Amino acid sequence: MLKIYSIGQDSIMSDTLNTANASLFEQLGGEGAVNAAVDIFYRKVLADQRINRFFDGVDMDKQAAKQKAFLTMAFGGPANYSGRDMREGHAKLVQLGLNDSHFDTVIENLAATLSELGVSSELIGQVAAIAETTRADVLGK
Amino acid sequence: MTRIKFDGQFFETEPSETVLQTLLRNNMQVPYGCRAGVCQSCLMRCLDDLPVPPASQVGLKAAQQVDNYFLPCICQPKNEMSVILPRTEDVWLEGKVVDKYALSANVMLLEIESKAPFAFLAGQFVNLRNKAGVTRSYSIATIPNASHTLTFHLRILPHGQFSRWVANELEIGMSLQFSQAQGSCHYMEGQLEQPLLLIGTGTGLAPLYGIIRDALDIHHHSGDIHLFHGSRDATGLYFESQLRDMAAHHTNFHYTPCISGENSDQARYTQGRANQIALEKYPQLNGWRVYLCGQPDMVLQTKKMAYLQGASLKDIHADAFLS
Repeated sequence: MLKIYSIGQDSIMSDTLNTANASLFEQLGGEGAVNAAVDIFYRKVLADQRINRFFDGVDMDKQAAKQKAFLTMAFGGPANYSGRDMREGHAKLVQLGLNDSHFDTVIENLAATLSELGVSSELIGQVAAIAETTRADVLGK
Repeated sequence: MTRIKFDGQFFETEPSETVLQTLLRNNMQVPYGCRAGVCQSCLMRCLDDLPVPPASQVGLKAAQQVDNYFLPCICQPKNEMSVILPRTEDVWLEGKVVDKYALSANVMLLEIESKAPFAFLAGQFVNLRNKAGVTRSYSIATIPNASHTLTFHLRILPHGQFSRWVANELEIGMSLQFSQAQGSCHYMEGQLEQPLLLIGTGTGLAPLYGIIRDALDIHHHSGDIHLFHGSRDATGLYFESQLRDMAAHHTNFHYTPCISGENSDQARYTQGRANQIALEKYPQLNGWRVYLCGQPDMVLQTKKMAYLQGASLKDIHADAFLS
């Protein structure tokens, strides 16, 4: 059984959704798919003038590991993000002006990455929906 | 059940426990994050000769896998394991100085012979320590050899405690301590046809030279190997004649010495910063393997650029140090 990430203090995922997520991760190709996606996704994010200032001066390897954890979670795979981690991790960026439009841009890059990898639009929608659940914590709302 | 050796102590494992769980249960202070083999915060290295369970190396760079790095949070040990946190190796070995001479006005070559056979990969670094306990990290600029010698390129800094000691007091025949070889910036076996891009500033050439020798002499790498060595002035471009000789003998090795300051010999040296020249010359790095060694700012910036120009993160190996 895959470990399911939690948002805030409680896991918001119902058992039904857990099963759906496990199959989503498998449908996407599991760990191998995450590895293929993270290289493309992070490159898109770093090259995107709308958001790349938030990544200035970060350690590339550490950041790539975080992106991988994020993608694993969004793919419905094993991850252990808490809402509080998300809040604390992005608090400084929120002070620097991180807002909804930037979040949208990241989701857009995520969708473009999956599309490039030949993932169906239906599965892309499911990934985007999981990523969307982190919005409030990322933006400190 | 088996046991884990960490920080000089042995810890018995419980059935189906991971290495991380064993250590945490015994109140060992070790970093960790996701506990799911994803975030790599808990990265450790196993010092045993036996390979670690392959499942505990998922997602690590090939170089790290070769070096027995693993993720304790997803590692259920089958045998006793002696583990350490990265870069905390504290085993000192004895060496004897067999050669020492100036490579340029401020770079010195130091060659030491290990008393015992010594395992390393060209491009890795060791800590050197003198009798006063002053310790500095230096990259190994040789390939493993039958006489167990290690070569280093030391920049002699005007106020450098260690480098001045080497230049002024250390003599051939004297002994010196050194650590286990560390670092994942080294040549990887396989993919002999892959093009290699190596960019180094100052004595960042040392590990790159070892890597190139390893690629050409040991592995007979067939893909093109491009070395860009940068310095402010010509005196910093030590090893020029050796590298030109290598380029003459190996058609797939290409050497571009670069001068960022005033360049009075444009025919001989390319004008500009080594990293910028290399990245402009090769804008498409998809499928390339990239090695970066030298000033931290150059390494950080070039790593990002190489990645944006198409190199995979797993194919970018970097070693930042003050030269």
